Amino acid sequence: MTNSPENLFNPNRKLSKIVERIVIVIFGLFAFVSIATTAGIILTLASETFAFFQDVPLWRFLTDTEWTPLFTNPQYGIFVLLCGTFLTAIIAIIVALPIGLLSAIYLSEYAPPKLRAWLKPALEILAGVPTVVFGYFALLFVTPLLQNFIPQLEGFNALSAGLVMGIAIIPLVASISEDSISAVPQSLRQGAYAMGCTKKEVVTGVVIPAALSGIVASFILAISRAVGETMIVTVAAGQNPNLTLNPLVSVQTMTSFIVQVSLGDAPTGSLAYRTLFAVGTTLFVITLVLNIFSYWFVRRFREQYE
Amino acid sequence: MSIADSTKQSSDSQFKTSLKKRYRQGTILRFVSMIATYIGLLVLAVLLIDVVLDGWQYLDWQFLTNFPSRFPEEAGFLSAWIGSLWLMVLTAIISSVIGIGAGIFLEEFIADTWIAKIIEVNIGNLAAVPSIIYGLLGLQAFVRIMEPLTGGRSVLSGSLTMSLLILPIIIVSTREALRSVPDSLRQAGLAVGATRWQVVREQVFPIAFPGMLTGTILALSRAIGETAPLIAVGALTYIAFLPDIWPIWEGLRTPFTVMPIQVYNWVSRPQEEFHDVAASGIIVLMVLLLLMNSIAIFLRNKFQKDFSQD
Repeated sequence: MTNSPENLFNPNRKLSKIVERIVIVIFGLFAFVSIATTAGIILTLASETFAFFQDVPLWRFLTDTEWTPLFTNPQYGIFVLLCGTFLTAIIAIIVALPIGLLSAIYLSEYAPPKLRAWLKPALEILAGVPTVVFGYFALLFVTPLLQNFIPQLEGFNALSAGLVMGIAIIPLVASISEDSISAVPQSLRQGAYAMGCTKKEVVTGVVIPAALSGIVASFILAISRAVGETMIVTVAAGQNPNLTLNPLVSVQTMTSFIVQVSLGDAPTGSLAYRTLFAVGTTLFVITLVLNIFSYWFVRRFREQYE
Repeated sequence: MSIADSTKQSSDSQFKTSLKKRYRQGTILRFVSMIATYIGLLVLAVLLIDVVLDGWQYLDWQFLTNFPSRFPEEAGFLSAWIGSLWLMVLTAIISSVIGIGAGIFLEEFIADTWIAKIIEVNIGNLAAVPSIIYGLLGLQAFVRIMEPLTGGRSVLSGSLTMSLLILPIIIVSTREALRSVPDSLRQAGLAVGATRWQVVREQVFPIAFPGMLTGTILALSRAIGETAPLIAVGALTYIAFLPDIWPIWEGLRTPFTVMPIQVYNWVSRPQEEFHDVAASGIIVLMVLLLLMNSIAIFLRNKFQKDFSQD
């Protein structure tokens, strides 16, 4: 309507203003959805967890040494699940952090541009593989392979779940670290070369310290991902709540417990339903603390370059 | 080697640069970092080969047109890929409308205000929340509280949950696409008397659209592989019917399954034949994912405009 010729010289400014107002309100509501999501997560977790602690005292949650909430004589020792979670996460991190960082160094400092143009999309594909596929791979390829070398390895175990999870997290560490390594200005490198440094000395002595805040941020994000990763551990580490640090046996993580209860239909308001949210809250708090630490670290140690 | 020797050596090396040794260290780092890069890709290759070798035998037309079954030869992927299709279409509609709208609002209307900063930090936080937590949110908000509307454990509840999950990715990529549009275009529009919204609609949006589309497709390709939140929301593992297209309101409120959940179901069965059926499912899923990723990369390369010279 506003585009027809007779209107071009006499635009309806009032209408335009009103339309703009309406658009701003609608889009503003859309932006508010993200705030509402956060609020929704916190309210949901808090209310159901509060109800959970009406039935199960906090000290039992923290001190029981068994996790058997679905049995007739239930025990609620969250440490059992924490133990399983950290066991798999630590194995994953041992794999992902060094390999991810070295890949970032190779991609940004050593790889020729043509090779790099192939390697980066390939890593993106690795990042895009669904986690249930990694779970399949861990259970049906890696575990039988490892059993050739470690005969006492169980069919479900923390080791292969952790190893494969580490591979799955490599692209995350590599891409964030590479971004921050690439952001280090060329003049810093040239300065170091001018002082007679070799390429290795430039990389380890100048580039990595300068990019440290981004590298650490990628590490923390990787830890947070490993703690919250669900399908790999559900498929490959089993459902056996075990208070152990032995990577050769089956363990249950917080996330795989949530899957286990979700698959059996827990009625609303039942204690099993609330257990979901108590475990979810524990998981959420851990990832939140890691996030806050990452924010703090990046703000504190970021090097700003023009 | 005594302590005196080692201090002598280190003080020497500060003045006499033993280049040979230092270059050797450089070669080692170069070699080790190269190996590290290829480890990830090698595992990817082994994974793909393993899946194809396991899964090709059950992969035929029947696999795509059959419902799941107790017998591995008859087990099919129909309800799973139709379910994924429903979920993807709904999630695409919901999340792109909300995500692009929110991105435009943050970047074009309230950029650099304190509200924008709060929402930005909030989005950064949401992106790091484990996906299973979104599942718990969906379970409580969409399946329980909004049950009269969504029909409980329905494809609509699943799509809403998935939309919330990928919203941060879409908002961030929308903002990046908008930021790549040069300010001179906006100023030209404003100078001839257009409102901000008219400038966005007529000048900025058409240029930024391919970037937004790329971000949305990449976000959807993440959603199509997500399993955990949908299990929490209550997608079933055995479905032998399809949602009705008409009336669509009823279709939206029917129970559903999706490809990764069907794969999970087959993997977790004890019979080895079903593991191979799972591999067939994985092949279908991976082909679809690679297709979506290539479309996104193609769009990015085709429509990428360089305004730096203007």
